[in-house]
Amino acid sequence: MNPALTKVIAQTEQVILGKPRQIRLALTCLLARGHLLIEDLPGVGKTTLAHVLAKTLGLQFQRIQFTSDMLPADILGVSIYQRDSGEFKFHAGPIFAQMILADEVNRATPKTQSALLEAMEEHQVTSEGETRPLPTPFFVIATQNPTNQIGTFPLPESQLDRFLMRIQLGYPDAQAERGLLAGIERRDLIAELKPQMETAELMALQLQVRQVLVSPALLDYVQAILRHTRESARFVHGLSPRAGLSLLAAARAWALLDGRNAAIPEDIQAVLPGVASHRLQSVQDVHTSDGDKLARELIEAVAIP
Amino acid sequence: MKLTAPLTFGLIACILLVSAPHAEHLPLWVSTVCAALLAWRAYLTWGGYPMPARWLLLSVTVACVFAIAITFRTLFGREVGVALLILLATLKLLELKAVRDAAVLVYLSCFIIITNFFYSQSIPTALYMLLTLLVIMATWVHMQTGALAFKPRLRIAVVLLLQAIPLSLIIFVLFPRVQGPLWGMPQDAYATSGLSDTMSPGSMSKLSLSDAVAFRATFVGRTPLREQMYWRGPVLWDYDGLTWTRGHNATLRRPALTDTTQLVDYTVTLEPHNKRWLFVLDMPAKLSISAELAPDFQLLSMAPVNARTRYTANSFLSYRANLEEQPQQLQRALALPQGYNPQTRQLAAEWRAQSASPEALVRTVITYFNRQGFEYTLEPPLLGLNGVDEFLFGTKKGFCEHYAGSFVVLMRAAGIPARVVTGYQGGEYNELGDYYIIRQADAHAWAEVWLRERGWVRVDPTAAISPERIQSGLSSALPDNAALPFLGRNPPEWLRGLRLNWDALANQWNQWVLGYNTERQFAFLTRMGMEDITWQKMALNMLAGIALLVGVFTLLMLRRLAARKTDAVQTVWLKVCRRLEKAGLPRAAHEGPMDYATRIAAVHPDLAEDIHDIAARYASLRYGGEAEQDGLAAFKDAVRAFKL
Repeated sequence: MNPALTKVIAQTEQVILGKPRQIRLALTCLLARGHLLIEDLPGVGKTTLAHVLAKTLGLQFQRIQFTSDMLPADILGVSIYQRDSGEFKFHAGPIFAQMILADEVNRATPKTQSALLEAMEEHQVTSEGETRPLPTPFFVIATQNPTNQIGTFPLPESQLDRFLMRIQLGYPDAQAERGLLAGIERRDLIAELKPQMETAELMALQLQVRQVLVSPALLDYVQAILRHTRESARFVHGLSPRAGLSLLAAARAWALLDGRNAAIPEDIQAVLPGVASHRLQSVQDVHTSDGDKLARELIEAVAIP
Repeated sequence: MKLTAPLTFGLIACILLVSAPHAEHLPLWVSTVCAALLAWRAYLTWGGYPMPARWLLLSVTVACVFAIAITFRTLFGREVGVALLILLATLKLLELKAVRDAAVLVYLSCFIIITNFFYSQSIPTALYMLLTLLVIMATWVHMQTGALAFKPRLRIAVVLLLQAIPLSLIIFVLFPRVQGPLWGMPQDAYATSGLSDTMSPGSMSKLSLSDAVAFRATFVGRTPLREQMYWRGPVLWDYDGLTWTRGHNATLRRPALTDTTQLVDYTVTLEPHNKRWLFVLDMPAKLSISAELAPDFQLLSMAPVNARTRYTANSFLSYRANLEEQPQQLQRALALPQGYNPQTRQLAAEWRAQSASPEALVRTVITYFNRQGFEYTLEPPLLGLNGVDEFLFGTKKGFCEHYAGSFVVLMRAAGIPARVVTGYQGGEYNELGDYYIIRQADAHAWAEVWLRERGWVRVDPTAAISPERIQSGLSSALPDNAALPFLGRNPPEWLRGLRLNWDALANQWNQWVLGYNTERQFAFLTRMGMEDITWQKMALNMLAGIALLVGVFTLLMLRRLAARKTDAVQTVWLKVCRRLEKAGLPRAAHEGPMDYATRIAAVHPDLAEDIHDIAARYASLRYGGEAEQDGLAAFKDAVRAFKL
């Protein structure tokens, strides 16, 4: 594997204890130029993960705390009249950063949510008729409280689709929790972190992900998975072509993280729960479907051709 | 595959669809019990409740069988069989335990489909059964494939049915036929109404309420005028004061036609009516099937017509019939019951004294009917003991049987031999199929009188009262508010067109599908270029055709499979997997090569190196873009060297 990537992973694992898989998935997402949605209870380390990643990768970091009274301009920025020059000057909003932590995104109103999601999709912000590009790389980690909590506007399916992956952190295991409780305060740890990678290097890696080979045999497998979700009576809808593209992009990044230059079925299976869980709905229990369980079921139901 | 709720609902739908058409003729209680059982089963499935206890099911079953035995007074025969089959199939739904039971129900549904054709073989029935078959197939596919969603399931069922169509066509065309109806049951009571061989006031007007098709006729060459179309049926001689019957002919001599002109040539497709008479135009000269020609020109087939029968016939529209009639027959044509209808007899005697000749007498009577305010109606008042007297001098309202009957009584009383002829008159022309449809509503009765020098001459007294009936049909002869069959009225043009279209289609169906018997089969195959047709030859051709089709389908399928199997790398990999499977370490279908190798290495640390090497080579060849000529040989060597 790329030595810089190894160091990034090692340093992150020092702060986020007992979550190597989630860290790898988050990095996969970043390398595949996708955005990440973390859905979990407050206090399991969502914010810390984002913070650590930004620090370790040496990216400009901005945190936006979403609230129900937030307006799109609070994120994108506004033009303010300058009395001395007699002109309007654009004051960039917090979105103009390389890594954004959109905290509790489902507490904002749909209008504000859409402003963020459009910026995510297009990598640019259009305000008062002027289009301004966002910095590169541009990576959004959004966190979401479980939707059954009070005061939330759950993201509609079409917007969930904008996120490459959705992962859950979950409680740490006993050993990791012990380390967490006994160790130094995380905040102090983060302050001491040093960047392990240049931005240029990260962007080179992103380009390298696109070079990872995907063979026709692997495409057969991806198509078999997509077809199964569409034909099976288990799911409300099948996966979209965009989901198929996302699956491939994530699998390529996962392969690269594993030090390979070709993707294999195992890569697809590794990223499938993250990529598919927020895009699939079980027919039986529409409201409380466990996306990961569905994705595992899906993996087991499709034979590798 | 488990017995899931959707599968159970599918099975309920199958049984419901196949047994629904039977509700029409099964006893009401059977239909009700079946519906209740189906509803109960659906409720149990819907709520996920447990199945009924065994003793309960057993007692319901025994009770049902007993009730059937009591209702039908037997446990044998078609009706009983169908009723039992449907009841038991419904009960079987209530003891569904394993997938095996579901399979039994699916096959049972297919069998019940056939029983529906005992009762109707029309196009709608066939289409409905096709739809039912599709549902059954989809349920069967569901049973076989499990988690597949509804649409792909239906697609498989449709594809299977479409593939079956060429096969069934080959079998239909070439399967050697036996003579007789498709479901050869001699006692089949298809027809509920039809012309009988007795006539009493009210019998014809009752028939005229029926839209049912009696027969269809196609003319070859010239077509007679509508008022010439008298389709001859039973000839009635004997009268007991109320009812006309055929009686017994006093001679066996064949009737003779002389001075014949105006030949017409036509084909009749007669609907089954369970009687022996065949209908032909006055007067028949030639018939394509064997039949008996009675001395009164009535044609009787050798056995009751219980299957749709097709025959061609020749008739002469102008003739002299039986110029020399047997004296005994003339005696019969003069007989009248003693003591009835004195007024009529008196009137006849007066007329006879006044008339110069029998012809003049006939004219007098016809004029009488025409001038004395007689009315043509479907609902004549009831008549008493001296029916003819009451009709002629009292009510003066009647349908064709009243006019024909009283005319013959008048003739006989006046000493002129006369008889009643029943049959059909006219018919509706279908421009699309170029044929005539003759319905029960066209049933008619007229009279024949025997005149020296002219033989038997047809006289239709109805024509004197209501010429419209003869020229344009029943609907135009009756007032608008008469209780006519729906289709007997003058319907709007589009409806008439639709109805004629439909009948033309039904006619083709009758001729080519239901009526595809030995003769048609031979004719068709000869036209297709087959020579010296024997049933062995047909069977051989059929088997060859089936083999060819199955071969083509197999080839297509193999090609699709081969496209998947030609991958050399995959073949070698599958070989390794098979060897490991024999050693008790099967690869799950969704397991990737690296994961598999890791799992095997955990169980057999001694194999770890080799299996990882093989998996890596495989992944590199299959997924890593390594060219086959570079890595395949080494991969094969590694696999060959691999020892368990």
